[in-house]
Amino acid sequence: MRYVDELRDPKLIRAVAAEIWRAVDPERHYRIMEVCGGHTHAIYRHGLPELLPPMIELVHGPGCPVCVLPMGRIDDGLALAEQPNVIFAAFGDMMRVPGRKGTPLEYQARGADVRMVYSPLDALKLAQANPQKHVVFFAIGFETTAPSTALTLMRAKQLGIRNFSVFCNHVLIVPAIRAILDSPDMRLDGFIGPGHVSTVIGCRPYLFVARDYGKPLVVSGFEPLDLLQAILMILRQLREGRAEVENQYRRVVPWNGNPAALKAMAEVFELRPYFEWRGLGFISQSAFKIAPAYADWDAEVRFDIPGIRVTDPKAAQCGEVLKGVLKPPQCKLFGRECTPEHPIGALMVSNEGACAAYYHYVHRLSATRSA
Amino acid sequence: MRATIVGLPFHDSTIELAHGAGGKASRRLIEGLFLPLLMNPMLAELHDAALLATGHGTLALTTDAFVVRPLRFPGGSIGELAVNGTINDLAVSGARPLALAAAFIVEAGLSSDVLRAEVEALAAAAARAGVPVVTGDTKVVEHGKADGLYIVTTGLGFVDPRLRLGSGFVQPGDRVLVSGPIGDHGITVLLARGELDLEADLVSDTRPLTPFVDALTATAAPGLRWMRDPTRGGVATALNELARDTGLAVVLEEEAIPVRDAVRGACEVLGLDPLHIANEGQLLVVVAPEWADAALAALRSVPGGQDAACIGTIETHPPGVVTVTTAYGGRRVVDMLVGDPLPRIC
Repeated sequence: MRYVDELRDPKLIRAVAAEIWRAVDPERHYRIMEVCGGHTHAIYRHGLPELLPPMIELVHGPGCPVCVLPMGRIDDGLALAEQPNVIFAAFGDMMRVPGRKGTPLEYQARGADVRMVYSPLDALKLAQANPQKHVVFFAIGFETTAPSTALTLMRAKQLGIRNFSVFCNHVLIVPAIRAILDSPDMRLDGFIGPGHVSTVIGCRPYLFVARDYGKPLVVSGFEPLDLLQAILMILRQLREGRAEVENQYRRVVPWNGNPAALKAMAEVFELRPYFEWRGLGFISQSAFKIAPAYADWDAEVRFDIPGIRVTDPKAAQCGEVLKGVLKPPQCKLFGRECTPEHPIGALMVSNEGACAAYYHYVHRLSATRSA
Repeated sequence: MRATIVGLPFHDSTIELAHGAGGKASRRLIEGLFLPLLMNPMLAELHDAALLATGHGTLALTTDAFVVRPLRFPGGSIGELAVNGTINDLAVSGARPLALAAAFIVEAGLSSDVLRAEVEALAAAAARAGVPVVTGDTKVVEHGKADGLYIVTTGLGFVDPRLRLGSGFVQPGDRVLVSGPIGDHGITVLLARGELDLEADLVSDTRPLTPFVDALTATAAPGLRWMRDPTRGGVATALNELARDTGLAVVLEEEAIPVRDAVRGACEVLGLDPLHIANEGQLLVVVAPEWADAALAALRSVPGGQDAACIGTIETHPPGVVTVTTAYGGRRVVDMLVGDPLPRIC
């Protein structure tokens, strides 16, 4: 398969891994955060930690949009699913995420009209096909998915489709990285920058990481070779005493981002003054809301949203895992009360969640090793 | 003995789609709700078919309900699946199918042309396999109460006395074989629903597995230990059940697992693992090492089996776990599926 096989070539991968082993200072410990949940998933799926020297510690970041959404927002969304004549449409990732009264799949089992869609445009098509119903699209995601929500809203307005609205939960990666960097627990040496988000926003928005905080950041793709190259690029910067933003994913990520996507987002969204993140608390200007020009398609305007706030279960330590302070198995609930089948924290739900990735791909391996 | 697993708690307040998806939730439902209430030694085995000893040999009995949307998809349809699926449950139990029973649950409003086409597909598949449909039933339910058409088939067969199959016979050092590329059926049906705006040149692999089992029995009967058709939950779930039942490790080689480019591509895009995707015409076999070459040659000699491969080995560590080793030395656990495979967003 083109663009995949080349990046999984065992010879190349082993060569880059060998370079990494040569590049590390054996006296030093390296803590490198992969910001994006897709990276976490790929790292475990390909068994990459086994290829790395023991002094490199990969720390999982806040880049899974499902994981950082607080339970209250999920309950708010599901309150819409309970409205009469509403079709509640969401991505597959959301379907198993629990609110206080259950997951979207459980709401569906109890009779709510919950549909899984692959894109917001599919939700708009549902609205066109069901003119007697109102379709609410539960929008989540970083800048990766926000442009498609924006384009869908532009299309809805252009076509005058009135039985469609969006419950907007799009969040922004830069304020999250800044919050991590400002955290008193911060002990990171460098960042693997998110690949998909960067196809939209480019690399420039990360310059502050190197400039203000003196940390290297390398935007990376999702194949094993991409990730190993990005790690090597970070190690080289550290060895040479540099802190720069570099682009390993040049085959996909333009330095200045995608102007058409940025324009669509600028037209449809505006910044919320603040937004609550699971585990990270309230972060100012860290999420999008729908701009007044599109208020007719804003579920928060059209419906009475309860505005539920739910504190995370006390024993769950999602926040510490999200900030990279704890590894998933160090959480008190990991693998016992909290499993992919019965997740308590969102990190255990999404495929991209650090806990789910660890549970699926590593947990039983390490459990038997230490036994 | 499976009695130890009976009584796994099942506290879920409602039944969801995940409970029928063939993964962990299905397993809990069966072990926590059905098994304690229906308990008997034959059911406790939880095999694809129950084996009933008679004075004239051992009978194998199996039943399966078919619910698939859309009813027709590239390479097959529900009528064809309803025959092949049940025949395959008999085949992997080492039984030659004798006869089938078929029950049709039809939703009022279904076009009779659609019903006719599915009964024709069922009849043709039964004729191809040489297994008559000898009894049946029809129920019609109100419009909106079913997805057009559900079919339940029951199969009866005689177990080949040359075979001794079961997880209890599996030993460290045994080889794991698969009859061909995995994931074709699941991805074909997923794309045929037309919800994903993805296209791929794929057809379902639905077919009877009896030619594979016949070829294996003829050439490697003494070495055959265990067979499964990895349907819902895919290869990962079938092998996890084996690992759990035996307490042994299944160690797969990622590069050796045959997967078509179209399936790999769709899985990459959707964030799915081909090992979790359903198959309808593939056979998983565990065979003693000294019989592995003969068994592989037997699979490859059957039309459609040219891509059969040895994909892994039974080992002792890590106990009860399925792992896969990548070409460059990485290793990961292959877990059972949790619920239905859900496409990711980015």
